Amino acid sequence: MKKAKSTAKHEENYLEYQGKHKGIFAWILSTDHKRIGILYLVSMLIFFLVGASMGVLMRIELIAPGRTIMDASTYNSLFTLHGVIMIFLFIIPGIPATFGNFVLPIILGAKDVAFPRLNLLSWWFYIVGAFLVILSLFIGGGPIDTGWTFYVPYSIKTPTNVIMSLFAVFILGFSSILTGLNFVTTIHILRAPGMSFFRMPLFSWSLYATGWTQILATPIIGITLLLVIFERAFGIGFFDPAKGGDPILFQHLFWVYSHPAVYIMVLPAMGVVSEIMSAFSARTIFGYKAIALSSMSIAIVGYMVWGHHMFTSGISDFSRVVFSLFTYLVAVPTGIKIFNWIATLYKGSVDLKTPMIFALSFIFLFCVAGFTGLINGALAINVHIHDTAFVVGHFHYAMFGGAGFVFFGALHYWFPKMTGKMYNEKKARLAWLLMFVGFNLLYFPLLVIGWMGMPRRYYDYVPKFTTGHVVSTVGSWILVAGIIYMLINLIKSCRNGEKTTMNPWGGTTLEWTVSSPPPLENFEKIPRVDHDPYNFKDGKVSP
Amino acid sequence: MKSQNIDKNFGSKLGMWLFLLTEILLFGGIFLLYAVYLSKNRADFHKASQNLSTIVGALNTVILLTSSLTVVLSIYYLKESTKKTAKIFLGITIFFAFLFLVNKYFEWGAKFDLGIYPNSPVLLKKNPGEILFYGLYFVMTGLHAVHIFIGIVLLSVMFYLVEKGIVDKENFIKLENSGLYWHLVDIIWIFLFPLFYLVA
Repeated sequence: MKKAKSTAKHEENYLEYQGKHKGIFAWILSTDHKRIGILYLVSMLIFFLVGASMGVLMRIELIAPGRTIMDASTYNSLFTLHGVIMIFLFIIPGIPATFGNFVLPIILGAKDVAFPRLNLLSWWFYIVGAFLVILSLFIGGGPIDTGWTFYVPYSIKTPTNVIMSLFAVFILGFSSILTGLNFVTTIHILRAPGMSFFRMPLFSWSLYATGWTQILATPIIGITLLLVIFERAFGIGFFDPAKGGDPILFQHLFWVYSHPAVYIMVLPAMGVVSEIMSAFSARTIFGYKAIALSSMSIAIVGYMVWGHHMFTSGISDFSRVVFSLFTYLVAVPTGIKIFNWIATLYKGSVDLKTPMIFALSFIFLFCVAGFTGLINGALAINVHIHDTAFVVGHFHYAMFGGAGFVFFGALHYWFPKMTGKMYNEKKARLAWLLMFVGFNLLYFPLLVIGWMGMPRRYYDYVPKFTTGHVVSTVGSWILVAGIIYMLINLIKSCRNGEKTTMNPWGGTTLEWTVSSPPPLENFEKIPRVDHDPYNFKDGKVSP
Repeated sequence: MKSQNIDKNFGSKLGMWLFLLTEILLFGGIFLLYAVYLSKNRADFHKASQNLSTIVGALNTVILLTSSLTVVLSIYYLKESTKKTAKIFLGITIFFAFLFLVNKYFEWGAKFDLGIYPNSPVLLKKNPGEILFYGLYFVMTGLHAVHIFIGIVLLSVMFYLVEKGIVDKENFIKLENSGLYWHLVDIIWIFLFPLFYLVA
């Protein structure tokens, strides 16, 4: 316990606070939203590194045709686990559970989320789910090998440990629902006096849209996974044609959740980008209402596009056309956002600090993801590129280039707020450069060889794809080097970084009006809000 | 101070309603399966449904509906600060919940005696539509019974909290939310009853 000597009264911050629990229990039993945010951050980064190492192993396997370092069934398990870990343990909880938890109450002018204990419970659900995923590797029939989509009939027939993995995902879904429920309620009842919905920062808007999606979509995958578990345990026959069932129904139910889940991953990222764009251009966000409402419309339209995952599964032509049309419609609100962000830069004083570079590269990478998405959504072309590496490339541009890059951008943006220290800017930029170059080297070749006909989820290939695979594998090494360099920089800065001020970036939202790190209860007195969130004047913060 | 309490109650209720929404969607997925398979196998569903006892189903419907009333009465009397009556009605609700499960036990047991359970040799000889009907019957009523069981645990905890005076006429939101949960369990049954027992 340090004590400030000079100031008359030192306000205890959330890192110093000593509750009734000691040591690690002061963290894992804490109901403080800031500590829970950090808990999520640390646990998530660990699983991210596990998932990333699996990705690297797969890339090494693919560096040459034929068997390189593993056999086909190991490869099957690896891409399944890479998917399950990255999607359910990293990118879906991702930004909401970490930065949402840490920032949302402060940005709204509240002392905590609406249900602090429920918040802690959802972290525990997350940990239990994660534990079961890991446990499923070692007991029963061994690691699951169905792909993260768990398609029947294979997921019912394979001898691997499907039941436990699915149950783990079921529990993780619970965690996600509780977080969403908590945030929606928080936004409804805990906004500071004077903060109307249209005075909320855009990050809270995006968390609001995400929260609703979590509440409305996640139960569907819950019941779907339960049904597969019942199928395996009791052989009921819901998805078995021999007993009158229909395997296509599984795909419908699965994608009714899993497509909106893509927006659970990406919407919060878009919210963070809005914050960063405004702060580092020192300018009011352009088209505030358009961005806020486009978040909601992405969430709504996102429900009606699941069929585009099933263009080759044998659904009717009519529904394929409708799903293709709706898929195109999602591009409209996304385009609105992108144009608004770019317009925000115009006449702003743009400061290319690391968070801003991450946000700008997000726009580039997400455009690649969006345009390849439109190619995928085009019915006639989709039939040819369905289940090729093109889809893998598109997906990683959207998830890693989109949500992932912003996750790290947000990490740099709120790092001073979380720790009270400043990271090393030069090293952070170098890390970004490595990641950006590595990322494009890794995933762009996948778009090319996928277009040429390289299927996804194959551990072997014909020699003509070798060049693409070699470039891609080398890219994965550069990317991972960048990630490790970035994390080392941040961890070192936690210890030795310079002390930072209350508002290092000149932001205008409420989290920059409390000290860094924030005091235990965020605000001594709940603030009154009587202006718009991005209150810049002539490129400077107005008093 | 008082307005803050109202805010907090509003928050708890909002949270509860959102949670109930997720429950409805959870069942929604499987109601969807029911709708699809019914439209494909009308005749088989009709045939299979005739084997279910409408009387037992109707009895359970009455039991659950009455228990919904008693849980409301319990909240009402708690607010009227007659703790004892509140506890009696809460007790009756829990009793009805058990009664429902006992009924269900005998109903399922009778089916098992006939050799009808998922993947059973007797069932597999029937038409695909009948296999699906019984599959849906066991999964949906089973999942519903799990919810009844959770409801029993929840209401018992409430009974304890009322007894201890932690839940009282000032602070009744927990009991009210448990009541909401109980109504949800009731409503789902109201849909299950016609879908399985009256579809014939």
